[in-house]
Amino acid sequence: MPNMSMTKNPMPSQEPEVRNKNFKEVTLGYTKEMAIDEAGRCLNCKHKPCVTGCPVQIDIPAFIAKVAEGDFEAAYQVINKSSSLPAVCGRVCPQETQCESKCVRGIKGEPVAIGRLERFVADYHNANCTDKAVKPESNGHKVAVIGSGPSGLACASDLAKKGYEVTIFEALHLAGGVLAYGIPEFRLPKDIVQKEVDGLKDLGVKIETNVVIGKTISIDELMNEYGFESVFIGSGAGLPRFMRIPGENLNGVYSANEFLTRINLMKAYKEDSTTPIKHPEKTVVVGGGNVAMDAARCAKRLGSDVTIVYRRSMEELPARAEEVEHAIEEGIKFELLTNPLEVVGEDGWVTSVHCQKMELSEPDESGRRRPVAIEGAFTDIDCDCMIMSIGTSPNPLIKDTTEGLDTESFGGITADEFGATSKPGVYAGGDAVTGAATVILAMGAGKKAASAIDEYLNK
Amino acid sequence: MFKIVSKKELNPTVTFMSVEAPLVAKKAKAGQFIIFRAKEDSERIPLTIAGYDREKGTVDIIFQIVGAGTEVLNSLNEGENIQDFVGPLGNPTEIEGLKKVAVVGGGVGCAIAYPVAKALHEQGCEVTSIVGFRNKDLVILEDEFKAVSSDYILMSDDGSVGEKGVVTQPLDKLLADGTEFDEVIAIGPLIMMKFVVATTKKYNVKTVVSMNPIMVDGTGMCGGCRLTVGGKTKFACVDGPDFDGFEVDFDEAMARGSVYKPFETKAREETCNLLKKEVQ
Repeated sequence: MPNMSMTKNPMPSQEPEVRNKNFKEVTLGYTKEMAIDEAGRCLNCKHKPCVTGCPVQIDIPAFIAKVAEGDFEAAYQVINKSSSLPAVCGRVCPQETQCESKCVRGIKGEPVAIGRLERFVADYHNANCTDKAVKPESNGHKVAVIGSGPSGLACASDLAKKGYEVTIFEALHLAGGVLAYGIPEFRLPKDIVQKEVDGLKDLGVKIETNVVIGKTISIDELMNEYGFESVFIGSGAGLPRFMRIPGENLNGVYSANEFLTRINLMKAYKEDSTTPIKHPEKTVVVGGGNVAMDAARCAKRLGSDVTIVYRRSMEELPARAEEVEHAIEEGIKFELLTNPLEVVGEDGWVTSVHCQKMELSEPDESGRRRPVAIEGAFTDIDCDCMIMSIGTSPNPLIKDTTEGLDTESFGGITADEFGATSKPGVYAGGDAVTGAATVILAMGAGKKAASAIDEYLNK
Repeated sequence: MFKIVSKKELNPTVTFMSVEAPLVAKKAKAGQFIIFRAKEDSERIPLTIAGYDREKGTVDIIFQIVGAGTEVLNSLNEGENIQDFVGPLGNPTEIEGLKKVAVVGGGVGCAIAYPVAKALHEQGCEVTSIVGFRNKDLVILEDEFKAVSSDYILMSDDGSVGEKGVVTQPLDKLLADGTEFDEVIAIGPLIMMKFVVATTKKYNVKTVVSMNPIMVDGTGMCGGCRLTVGGKTKFACVDGPDFDGFEVDFDEAMARGSVYKPFETKAREETCNLLKKEVQ
């Protein structure tokens, strides 16, 4: 008999007023008892609607059934067949618009907490399993993966499991891509990322940090001189966008990428860090996506009063519901229907943001209602730090140095649904193709490309 | 890990290192830069490449000790390793087709100006090098410059070596006398480059400057190195580091360059409180 509770087992979390002053993980994870109880809510539907909502098609009812039996390691093995980063995805996937949105239990009441269960299972495995992955026998083929973010890790993992000799090239000094430099410690602890990366090394994947493909080595050199038969480009989102308004180069104005990289990758939040960061008193974050929430919550933890400025209303906020809720609980203010016009400064430093008040009119091509200016309605917000989190545009380094690699008008690499680019043997996926999206979509693209590469090299 | 093959103190605040980095050496060109991290947990710092030897697989860097990161780098000795060393980043200086060029270097900027002068010389370009230092103790690369320049003009603020004065004085004089340069390339402190540009503008001589703003990743990801050039925001790491000097907003660049000054001063004092060395 399934557990017919209408609501999910709540996630144990640090209290908002405590956690908004530290960088430790906000959510603490289910206990075994909570996990078994929650797993009991799954109806084990034959047609498995949840699986259709998962970009990597994890057999969700099967792993949940193992959790209900208390066989957590078996549950992990089910997930591991489809996902290479369960501890990461259980934390950062937008389950509410994916698997959980298709859950039958969600029709009346809340869906099964699939994400929380995935995280529980992955954490259980990491804490209890001491068996290391074993490097499979080599099939003699060499594949290069550019970038060690979610798409690169997923692609490398699938290829390595099939016996390919995989080398990942990472531009920064540390592997993980956005998982390392972007998503903050309190949402995704870095030791979890490190574990996933170590797991890949156990599979025989080589990771070369400090190599910028397109600068240190070109893709053509990888293929012609280094003997890689195929290349996967998972180089990520690229250059941060700014608003092109006056004053945005004043001191105290950061891109979210820079602010988050200083804090996460360079550990500027630690007292003894040698990487400088401004410890602001009043911060304005511009934008409404997950990155904006991350930046806002980081600024809060540095001791700042934080206001998110967004030009549409709460309903159109693109960030995950959970991130917005967490931000509100932590005391972050929202100045909605507001659009910055000018960054005002004194002696080279930002002092306030002059904004236009907006209202919503008809829906635009994105289906969201278009914000339009309310004539004569302005507002000024004082701040000593401003963080621009309004998206990115693709990095030109690879496209400019690779013969025969086509790109879209917005700069993203042209690739078909299996990741094949215009250049034979070269595949691409993740934000480098789509522009900024989610970890799980990037992983899905990496996995698809891995099977396409496998097919290509076995032709 | 990247081994320091040789290390030399060029003057009390400026150090030369030759670093084993074969992949970088293979690709490096004058005007490009690297990013290093001296040790685990050190800052990422960009440095323009001062030279390279493709056969030996080494890259030369010359740096001034200004903050904690360069202080830690300077604490490493021959045979020891630098934690991270990535490059070559940015675009090389465009020198193709240039026949007569004035290379203007200021202080430690001469470390970057020299490989440009050398590359120009090697392609048969007539190079006038004008270099400036605060005093005679800070002069670097004198013989090297002389070897690649048809004319070498040394200036010092206090007159303790070369002519007394600043680099714009001989530059202005040459231009006023009708010397026709295809281009002036200026590399040094922002304030020097700003005044070089003010000088060459009078004669409408194309002037290229090499910008060295604060960076984190150096690959276009963070946007920390942004500058206003011709009214538009540019990233020094992917769009530069060389820009048309007439277009650069130097005042903004100077303000942005000082953003972490209090932090740096403190961090450096903490890193090594022995030092009371002169810093430009």
